[in-house]
Amino acid sequence: MKMLWALLKRDLVLSWRQGGGVGTAFGFFLTVIVLLPLGIGPDAGVLQRIAPGGLWIALLLSVLLSADQIYSTDYEDGSLELMTFGAVPLEVVSAIKSLAHWLTSGLPLAIAAPLLGFLLNLDTSLVFPLMGAMVLGSVGLSFLAGLGAAVTVGLRRGGLLVSLLVLPLYVPVLIFGISAGGAGTAGPDITAASFAILFAITLVILVVAPFGSGAALRAYMR
Amino acid sequence: MARIEKFANPTRFLRLQEKVQPWLAAITALLFAVGLYYALAKAPADYQQGETVRIMFIHVPAAWGATMVYAFMALSSAIAVIFRHPLADLSAKAAAPIGAVFTFLALVTGALWGKPMWGTYWVWDARLTSFFVLFLLYLGYIAVWQAIDDYHRAAKIAAIVALVGAVNVPIIKFSVEWWNSLHQPSIMSSSGSSVHSSILIPLLIMVAAYSFLFLTLHLLAIRSELRKRKIHQLQLAQAQKV
Repeated sequence: MKMLWALLKRDLVLSWRQGGGVGTAFGFFLTVIVLLPLGIGPDAGVLQRIAPGGLWIALLLSVLLSADQIYSTDYEDGSLELMTFGAVPLEVVSAIKSLAHWLTSGLPLAIAAPLLGFLLNLDTSLVFPLMGAMVLGSVGLSFLAGLGAAVTVGLRRGGLLVSLLVLPLYVPVLIFGISAGGAGTAGPDITAASFAILFAITLVILVVAPFGSGAALRAYMR
Repeated sequence: MARIEKFANPTRFLRLQEKVQPWLAAITALLFAVGLYYALAKAPADYQQGETVRIMFIHVPAAWGATMVYAFMALSSAIAVIFRHPLADLSAKAAAPIGAVFTFLALVTGALWGKPMWGTYWVWDARLTSFFVLFLLYLGYIAVWQAIDDYHRAAKIAAIVALVGAVNVPIIKFSVEWWNSLHQPSIMSSSGSSVHSSILIPLLIMVAAYSFLFLTLHLLAIRSELRKRKIHQLQLAQAQKV
């Protein structure tokens, strides 16, 4: 337990002091939000309709693009190799690292995103449901992004490959995230059910992703 | 398991493949000839859809094949990971492009059928959308093999990608259907319509034809993959001598 805490603390401190973590992801998020009305047009009604979807897609992309730093520096300087010899199995290491990524980019973005909805004329009654769905969904997003990062850790140009591999897997989180956030014409029953299913999907990801990441890291370490 | 183990030896596999290849090719050609004749000439035109219904004979087996090949690929990957079967990696690798082509064919024929029926080439219907995602999964899997140079590492990573994808395929399919039912309550659903035997029999022949086509191409692809590795090894040996 102490070791796990040490691992988590190390990643949190590193991402805090290295910079380029949540700040950059946040900047990216803002840029997407600015580009959206520029592409679609400033009509307030249209923006209100697409606001939840736009915010979700900006969230998916920012979480994904900030994911490559989960393993890359540790892989380059060899500390990941040391971790394979440690007492903590690689599966647990990758779970901790994905958790750290969630704490440093998924969670802050999920809290900030709905508040930025006012830029897109988001219906104010939707802010808090959207925030709840995003906080829950971003756990799954971070763990899937961690899996993508692990699968491509030894590749020089893994960025595009990660997007191709991970974005299709984001489809369920996106769909249930949107309807769990109460967007659209769905009633409260549907929203509650979607929230439950989003929870279930997140749990599945929490189980599958660390094992996949652990196996992938081992294949690169050999 | 013992039976599969027997063909783990590449030489034995190659010898067997050489023997069955002409037969498989002949059966495939025969099935396609019979199936297409019945599908295009004999089967009656639909009273609602007219002659466009014939696209279905190409479309449905392709869609069926696309999902089957993905399952087969995941199974091969699982065997490769669990039993370290040396040909299972190759089997998964060889299946992927065939599956991707089946998926593409299903998407294109679906779009061609959609134009006269729905008035547009593409609607975000649940099946079309989930097939589109399946196509992306195939592309990702193929890209992994291309991105990683070292064969054994590529095989490991590709197996992980295929297995994670296989876990997700039902979830994606379910979620896309949910999404679709929320947004488009009634565009079209083909459930409930029973299929008459004059259509069903050619359809089944076409499904068999596609299956044999896959089998033929798959074994051939494994063969050429084995040959490719052999050439690579010879080149390496040659380079070391110089």
